[in-house]
Amino acid sequence: MEAKVAARPVVRVQMPVPPEATEGMLPAAERELKMTARDVNVWYGEKQALFDVSLDIFDRSVTALIGPSGCGKSTFLRALDRMNDVIEGCRMTGEITLDGEDIYSPEVDPVQLRARVGMVFQKPNPFPKSIFENVAYGPRIHGLAGSKAELEEIVIKSLTRAGLFEEVKDRLNESGTGLSGGQQQRLCIARAISVNPEVLLMDEPCSALDPIATARIEALMEELKESLCIVIVTHSMQQAARVSQRTAFFHLGKLVEVDDTVRMFTNPADTRTQDYVTGRFG
Amino acid sequence: MSDAQAIEPRPLACDSASDKARRRVKRRYAADRRLQAYGIIAIALAVGLLGVLITSLIVNGLPAFVQTKADLAVFIDAAKVDAENPAGGNYRALVREALEPFVPADATDKQKTDAAKILTSDAPYIVRDYILKHPEAIGKTVALPIPLSDPFDQLNKGVIPMDVDALSWSQVRYFERLRNRGVIVEDDGRTGLKLDVYVDPAKIELGPPPSGDFATLARDGLQAYLPDVHDTALFAMLADDAPEAISARVAADPALIGKTIQVILPVSPAVTALAEGKSPKILNPRFKADQIETFEALKAKGLVHAPFNWELFFNADSRFPERAGLAGAITGTFLMLLVCFGLSFPIGIAAAVYLEEFAPKNRLTDLIEVNINNLAAVPSVVFGLLGLAVFLGFFGLPRSTPLVGGMVLSLVTLPTIIIATRAALKAVPPSIREAALGVGASKHQVVLHHVLPLAMPGILTGTIIGMAHALGETAPLLLIGMNAFIPSVESMGVLEPATTLPTQIFSWADSPERGFVSRTSAAILVLLAFLVVMNLLAIVLRQKFERKW
Repeated sequence: MEAKVAARPVVRVQMPVPPEATEGMLPAAERELKMTARDVNVWYGEKQALFDVSLDIFDRSVTALIGPSGCGKSTFLRALDRMNDVIEGCRMTGEITLDGEDIYSPEVDPVQLRARVGMVFQKPNPFPKSIFENVAYGPRIHGLAGSKAELEEIVIKSLTRAGLFEEVKDRLNESGTGLSGGQQQRLCIARAISVNPEVLLMDEPCSALDPIATARIEALMEELKESLCIVIVTHSMQQAARVSQRTAFFHLGKLVEVDDTVRMFTNPADTRTQDYVTGRFG
Repeated sequence: MSDAQAIEPRPLACDSASDKARRRVKRRYAADRRLQAYGIIAIALAVGLLGVLITSLIVNGLPAFVQTKADLAVFIDAAKVDAENPAGGNYRALVREALEPFVPADATDKQKTDAAKILTSDAPYIVRDYILKHPEAIGKTVALPIPLSDPFDQLNKGVIPMDVDALSWSQVRYFERLRNRGVIVEDDGRTGLKLDVYVDPAKIELGPPPSGDFATLARDGLQAYLPDVHDTALFAMLADDAPEAISARVAADPALIGKTIQVILPVSPAVTALAEGKSPKILNPRFKADQIETFEALKAKGLVHAPFNWELFFNADSRFPERAGLAGAITGTFLMLLVCFGLSFPIGIAAAVYLEEFAPKNRLTDLIEVNINNLAAVPSVVFGLLGLAVFLGFFGLPRSTPLVGGMVLSLVTLPTIIIATRAALKAVPPSIREAALGVGASKHQVVLHHVLPLAMPGILTGTIIGMAHALGETAPLLLIGMNAFIPSVESMGVLEPATTLPTQIFSWADSPERGFVSRTSAAILVLLAFLVVMNLLAIVLRQKFERKW
């Protein structure tokens, strides 16, 4: 393989691979399967967006979904917490499991599922309410807090885990929309983790942020992955290389390749992956 | 052009220096200016017309905001008002006695009755109501401000003049025609008409002295000069003693019977004045000279004044314009809008939320949507007919009531509210819905906790605009009879007959009294004030609750 890559006259983009990204990956035997997708097809109306996608997602790690725009990676992410259900004319076949349980089976309540599988969106979207209310909303509707004190504890814990508490502790009653973009996104992460999800889906969480805010979010993901399963959609290959342990490359609705991040960026099996990560297209 | 092409075989695609280009630029600027000018003209026209409307309303309506009153010292005679049963007292006599000092001592009963007509016909009831409230005043003299009756109220405000032209416009025309015929002559110090009169033997008995209908002879003689005029006002131009001019001639020479004679018929004093180049005036026929005397006497004592007309707002309707107010109409409008709001707000929001958030997009919901938009364009009178047929005819609900009025108007406002609510729901960014769904909120939690509160300013604005629309509706209310005559506010209720501001305006506009003319304008001003307040409220609510995200 090395020889083949070397034989190709390719101008390679230097991929900074941080040491923890290679070291952070557990040996294959110790990996704990969290979610699986088998032969997932998704249609928006007449248009098919995903073709037979099968992917394993492991616990306590970051899985990055990369690929050019319109390749179906966001669609796949939204299929993982059934957010596609609310889109008119969207239908799917195949099987997605969470801890071995089919999340599309009729017994599963999508609302309950979304409490177990949290989501952070591309654009920071705090509710136009106070910072406290933003974080307290999830625990409140799921009945996680028995008392006001417990609720406060959950809010403080979530904000602390999202690395935001120190910055906003004096203005918890001010509007969440008054924060800066990076703070808003961390508030959204705090909101997502306030209901103790097992999986956190992040749809390009840094695309609207400046590099400093991006670095903070990435550091936060590093911490959160110790207790959570994180799936992130990103357009930035550097980001995928920095934060993820596994990377899946989507192209034209198909899953082209999935492997450990280090191998994906250094020694991909598919030429399309290589072309993409080296900046030939996309 | 062809020369230029010959010199330059490949002209620039856009030569800005050429005459043609310069002309094009000039034309473009002119077109820009023209378009702007059209807009300015249109706006100026609209503002100008609105200004004319408002000005005419204010000019007509302002007199209604003051009411002429006379501070009358009424002696509450214990002999006429029984302290045990004050409601049954003879208050009419008390009012007449109170006016006693202002009528001549030798006035007849008729003159006294006329004098009492200076005051509103409700005067005895005003005194009665005062006594019912203050029974301790029996046996004492109380000063009560009593509104003047409509003609005197208008006279005092200068809306109608004390003197009017003695001759009508058509009489002046007849005079001109007669003068052109040259029949107007001076004779023996009197102005008269020199006419040929046929002394009809069928109408005159040969005396002596000759008698008969000389007045008809005079009229026929005058008629012959203006054969196209069929108007008794023509004959009123003759003096009362005009027939005597003929009878005197015939008495002097009975042989004239059956012949045509030339006589000079004297004309009335007003026509005499006109012939002298003056414009003759007489006392306005609405007033009697005695009444004017009493009125002037009241004025001389400083008892007549015109304070702000609070009764316009606190009195209900009345047959007498000086007592008529808007309280009944305002109460009825309020009750009706309450019913309308109570029905259309929840129904409108429920329908809009279902259509916008839950309904599948299919033929049926498309059809419903198109029909809701169509309903917004249906003339409201059709809804009135529907209310008449269904609510009154089929369900047998009580007619003329705010309940039915509110139900009919909620049909008028529902499309507005549904369309506004749907627009407001659509304007809530999808990211908020996704955020709520993302933390595990169910559909109803997303709608109730996040989407509806964010859409509320838009919904309230739409609702208030719908309500303002309902406030001005007249036609559907007339069809269900909501123009009842409501003389008292106390008996009003949702299930009692009522009237509303627009229908009250309609009723008043139909009334002939001068007082109702100004009150109609005043009522329109009040209605417009309510509309402005409601629209301001909509703007304030929108700005207050508008949130950024």
